Amino acid sequence: MVLDAKIPAGELEKKWEDYKGHCKLVNPANKRNLEIIVVGTGLAGASAAASLAELGYKVKTFCFQDSARRAHSIAAQGGINAAKNYQNDGDSTFRLFYDTIKGGDYRAREANVHRLAEVSAAIIDQCVAQGVPFAREYGGMLSNRSFGGTQVQRTFYAAGQTGQQLLLGAYSALNRQVGLGTVKNYERHEMLDVVMIDGKARGIIARDLVTGKLERHFGHAVLLCTGGYGNVFYLSTNAMGSNVTAAWKAHRRGAAFGNPCFTQIHPTCIPVSGDHQSKLTLMSESLRNDGRIWVPKKQGDTRKPNEIPEEERDYYLERRYPAFGNLVPRDVASRAAKERCDAGFGVGASKQAVYLDFKFNMMRYGRIEASKQGNHNPDDATMLALGKEVVKEKYGNLFDMYAKITGENPYEVPMRIYPAVHYTMGGLWVDYELMTSVKGLYALGEANFSDHGANRLGASALMQGLADGYFVIPYTIGNYLADEISVKAIPTTHEAFEKTEKEVAERINKLMSIKGTKSVESFHKRLGKIMWDKCGMARNEKGLQEAILEIQQLRKEFWSDVRIPGEIESFNPELDKANRVADFIELGELMCMDALDRKESCGGHFREESQTEDGEAARDDANYMYVAAWEMVGDCKWNLNKEDLKYEVIKPSSRNYK
Amino acid sequence: MEHYNMNLTLKVWRQKNATAQGNFENYQVKNISSEMSFLEMIDVLNEQLNAEGGEPIAFDHDCREGICGSCSMHINGRAHGPWDATTTCQLHMRAFKDGDTITVEPWRAAAFPVIRDLVVDRSAFDRIQQAGGFVSVNTGNAQDANCLPIPKDDADLSFAAASCIGCGACVAACKNSSAMLFVSAKVSQFALLPQGQPERTSRVLNMVAQMDKEGFGSCTNTGACEAECPKEISLTNIARLNREYMKASFLAE
Repeated sequence: MVLDAKIPAGELEKKWEDYKGHCKLVNPANKRNLEIIVVGTGLAGASAAASLAELGYKVKTFCFQDSARRAHSIAAQGGINAAKNYQNDGDSTFRLFYDTIKGGDYRAREANVHRLAEVSAAIIDQCVAQGVPFAREYGGMLSNRSFGGTQVQRTFYAAGQTGQQLLLGAYSALNRQVGLGTVKNYERHEMLDVVMIDGKARGIIARDLVTGKLERHFGHAVLLCTGGYGNVFYLSTNAMGSNVTAAWKAHRRGAAFGNPCFTQIHPTCIPVSGDHQSKLTLMSESLRNDGRIWVPKKQGDTRKPNEIPEEERDYYLERRYPAFGNLVPRDVASRAAKERCDAGFGVGASKQAVYLDFKFNMMRYGRIEASKQGNHNPDDATMLALGKEVVKEKYGNLFDMYAKITGENPYEVPMRIYPAVHYTMGGLWVDYELMTSVKGLYALGEANFSDHGANRLGASALMQGLADGYFVIPYTIGNYLADEISVKAIPTTHEAFEKTEKEVAERINKLMSIKGTKSVESFHKRLGKIMWDKCGMARNEKGLQEAILEIQQLRKEFWSDVRIPGEIESFNPELDKANRVADFIELGELMCMDALDRKESCGGHFREESQTEDGEAARDDANYMYVAAWEMVGDCKWNLNKEDLKYEVIKPSSRNYK
Repeated sequence: MEHYNMNLTLKVWRQKNATAQGNFENYQVKNISSEMSFLEMIDVLNEQLNAEGGEPIAFDHDCREGICGSCSMHINGRAHGPWDATTTCQLHMRAFKDGDTITVEPWRAAAFPVIRDLVVDRSAFDRIQQAGGFVSVNTGNAQDANCLPIPKDDADLSFAAASCIGCGACVAACKNSSAMLFVSAKVSQFALLPQGQPERTSRVLNMVAQMDKEGFGSCTNTGACEAECPKEISLTNIARLNREYMKASFLAE
């Protein structure tokens, strides 16, 4: 496989401008005859579908949820980054670009990331124009907050529901196009294969999840905006339905999978409470800005948190990383929490948790509020009461959620938090135009591998999803479709559709005919345990080798002993899940292979064999400065292709947050 | 928080498809932890049914953190169950005690036909949004975001309305199956913002017309919608919707 990233020549700051000035265009009359399939309706999918329809293309969207508005982008909490420099604190396009490359531990492409930083400001403008109600200051201007891995305030937000507001904005743009007849939505539909004709993606096979029937849909191009694959770990902050299936089908049809082992483990999630746990809940990174993380200085301390005096608390992030303190990037914060818990300083019943404490900042906010009221010498109780109101306005929904899940009041006692799987930086390999290694097949948002390297900075996922959908694909897709204007819509009676549908049907029949003894859920749980134990926050050669064998064994067992109730042609969530878990099992093996191949530590990928004396990740630029693009060459047999990363502007150095 | 385990009887609505006759089935679940979410308890029951060779109960759910709006169970006569301002997925079993009988039904409304068991079709909500729940601005048209100062109080009120998750509890709770709270939330979000002004009149007329077409009932200001809304969308939005509609009706040609 030849990997051509198609990065435009020229100076970094001018590449995107030059590209836009020279890429091919499609005239409006021709756009009306070109059909585009968009799978997934999150930030990337909804924004792409709406923008492409505005340009005049005929668009079909597909989502497995009952409404486009429910895609998992809706759950993003803290915010969206943009290099607006509204705070006059030194932000710029270059600074956002630099922070993102450094945060990703120098494993992302410079050209892609610079483009992301360039278009970031326009995203905020677009969202405000749509009526997205961002948080504002009393003067009527937009408010910003801090996020990890940066020293400027560039994060725009809407309480702890930023993803919801941005997605509803994109969904409203999409709805407008549906009303105009340029987009047709297919809800409760799952894409189960890509249809290839003459080496190009020309459509999909989708299953109507209500009737169970298979459908054929033609498109001159297919966009996968299907999110990440964190649910391979069973427990993650992803929604229950989030899955890798669409991306995996594309991979099986020839799309290379980039850096599959790059997983983000988010430091601040509500800890597991028991075996019944079905998912984990994030407490936004923005809380770290207003809270302080600590554990007792004494091992196995059983006192209640409020009984532990100040001098007996270890604010370990502030101790280890004085420059960034509680705002170190996620991978660093997660490993630091694990280190403290493994060393016996964890708190709570399971001892697998640390405290996130808001008292200090409540007091600080309380003092400011008291001053506003003319009280310049408030007592502690007054400050705390006033400060609580401020925190409530900023994060009320998150605090409520914490209280409902744990039964504890986080305004009174510190939150208990622990790292959990949250995001996958890996994904389908794409070139500068967001095209996968299959012609006419694109991947946007979390589904691609492109912008976050080995670790994503907080509030950058929303930025990337919307950048890809609103401002990148509308240009780059034209460069491909300009050469397709003579292609008439191919009837779905074409033999390629027939053959692909037959293959999909055969696989479903095979799944249903196993009639074994174990539930889909039980296999998913077992896969998750292998992945978390051996391909999670810390990885080593022996563990990964074992994991690969265990997963291969699990795959055999799944295909001989899974039990799926119900019928094919009916509403059958167990069958939907079986389809997804079967793909997760295959992906799990590839993730372990990738983690095994990458003997260095970088970002979220921590190989125990490769660390510095003080336990930080030790990168090996001489041997691993590449994107691992895995190509499937037989049934679960892979070839590794390497795309070398070239840093022309930034000089990679050891990440230092101290 | 003290935890405890409990044994429960569940009366769950089972219905094969939209046209089949449905009925309540009784199930026993044992050793349910008070730490579990309500949906995790249903997961336990489904694994049990699966192991016994039965068919699991179909229910909508996705994010399980109270924001996607998928989950939609009528529990013991209340939309989303006994806790105020809570979605079904955020309801936890410490709301119940050992020996309880819990009745679980789908949303009941003519405009939300049952698909299977506890799953209903809420696509009418999407169609209402498609009729006018947007600002007509193409990608790339926007000016700098801070060129448009918006008073914080207006932005906050707009945000409070925009936090609707579209779950349909308001419709399920209403004796008339009215969708006024849902529609008023979107109309209010834009009516409160400068960006919403150019299409203010057509938006409210079109969305209300679509709402009526979908077969939702009328509003009689009972307030059950506000009481059961997991996101505490205020009834004052309905008052605003009525004002907006009235004004628009006079202004429309």
